[in-house]
Amino acid sequence: MRQRAGRLLPTYGFWVFMTLLTLIPIWWMFVVSMRSRVELFSRPNLAISRIYLENYSNVLTDSTFQRYMTNSVVVSTCNAALVMALALLATYALSRYKLVGRDNIFFWLITNRMAPPAAFLLPLFIMFTRSFRIGDWTLFDTQIGLILLYCVFNLPFAIWLLKGVVDGIPIELDDAAMIDGAGLGGVLRHVVIPLAAPGLAVTGILSWVFAWNEYLFAANLTSVEARTITTGLAEFVTVTGTNWGELAAMSMITLIPSAIIVIVAQRYIVMGLTFGAVKE
Amino acid sequence: MRNPRTGWLLLSPTLIILIIFGFMPFLYVLFVGFNEWNIFAAEDGLRFNGLDNFRRLVFDDDFLHSVGLTIRFAVFAIASEVVLGFLLAQMLTRKFPGKSLFRVIHTFPLMVAPIAVGAIWRLLVIPGFGPVPFFLDRWFDIKYQIGSFPDQALWTSVIMDVWHWTPFVTLTMLAGLSAIPREPVEQAKVDGANRLQVFWYVTLPFLRPILLTTVFIRIMDAIRTVDEVWMLAGGGPGTRFTGIYIWRVVFPRTDYGYGSSISLITLYLTVVLCWLLFIAISGRRKGEVE
Repeated sequence: MRQRAGRLLPTYGFWVFMTLLTLIPIWWMFVVSMRSRVELFSRPNLAISRIYLENYSNVLTDSTFQRYMTNSVVVSTCNAALVMALALLATYALSRYKLVGRDNIFFWLITNRMAPPAAFLLPLFIMFTRSFRIGDWTLFDTQIGLILLYCVFNLPFAIWLLKGVVDGIPIELDDAAMIDGAGLGGVLRHVVIPLAAPGLAVTGILSWVFAWNEYLFAANLTSVEARTITTGLAEFVTVTGTNWGELAAMSMITLIPSAIIVIVAQRYIVMGLTFGAVKE
Repeated sequence: MRNPRTGWLLLSPTLIILIIFGFMPFLYVLFVGFNEWNIFAAEDGLRFNGLDNFRRLVFDDDFLHSVGLTIRFAVFAIASEVVLGFLLAQMLTRKFPGKSLFRVIHTFPLMVAPIAVGAIWRLLVIPGFGPVPFFLDRWFDIKYQIGSFPDQALWTSVIMDVWHWTPFVTLTMLAGLSAIPREPVEQAKVDGANRLQVFWYVTLPFLRPILLTTVFIRIMDAIRTVDEVWMLAGGGPGTRFTGIYIWRVVFPRTDYGYGSSISLITLYLTVVLCWLLFIAISGRRKGEVE
């Protein structure tokens, strides 16, 4: 049925308005990132007057920024890989084996994600600085510390997401592979992983974003070597004077992965954020 | 053929990591919460003081204030998000060219790091060059400065949260709306129900499970909001939510014992709240069956 243009006009008006509401804050940050210090403090102006890239070049050539960026990429990537591997094994166990207290384990898993992270800062801080100690080495300010810690909020979510996927793979396929002489590794490699691949990919992508976005733990459990990009953003704001242009430039750079993921994995975001309770 | 021992073996790495980094900290907080422990105090180490921390907490105006603020923030933000998200989802059920583009743009804030959300909004409201204070002053003669007026800081946090999380509600509601079968809606229209009645008696009951799940997840997230608000206002007046208060007690003040007892109470309140919501969800469903 053809809709008349008159009916579409209010719809478009509404959506253009909503789009502006979404984009203007980001646009303003982009504008700030394209201004020098002097230009900033003149009258607010939402238009870009000239191309000024010094903020970006300053940020990109800064060795601290490079280190933070590397840390963020390493931590998020390793964490996502670890979460995918462990969650697959755990989900397979929960789905295929009769384990005592299976449902309770399942519920306990999700409570790990519900807890307010601020409540656990103190014990984690003490664990990281004192408890795990080999000679002079502690977990504090290491990438491996963050990689392991981020599993606390990523694993429960990954297991909840993958449970539905693995449950959907007929157990007869496992059995057939086993009769053909495949061991556990063979079943996982030739049956489960190929069939669960899309679900695994979504799990990996979303875990990556959650790790990339995390701030509170990274800010308090690292000091110099393992700081991530989000803590770098927060450090920019100081009492003595903030370089707002560079802050904006750095924020724009951290938005890039988010933008890519929204476009690539848009359909799965809701599933990821609701532990698979809501599917599209 | 399937030995449970193999199952446990597969599950063990997950369990070990979660027990070390999830459960042990909880036990630790439980232990320290009943002790007095401040590393800058004259007496070093932990001293058991029973329920003293909790007695102190009941009379701690700063803590009660932070709880009040968190509740106000969560209620206003979530209510606006649900109403707005539902309207937007309703708009997205229509077919029109370019719909998916609008949808992608609308979804964008959802994946932005909370700390970057805070940065975006801070740049908007910063006195000196932010457009919000400038235009409010020029057009409406309103003095806007989140550092000086706690109420404005709270409202700005709420608006920021709405900007960040409304897409989440939109997407879940959209999933819910597209799962509603057509027949009951058509039937109600044939029977002469107006749009409001169709919404109230047909659409809403179908949406209820998804709606409650969404609210449940949003409440969990809203009461632990720290990052974006911290970045926006730096823990200034009007934004000292419970999470930020815990951080202040534990790190700058190093009041470990007291910080732990606040953590415990916050955890307890969260669990109770979630449990009540769970009952609300499952209870209503039971009511429908009967």
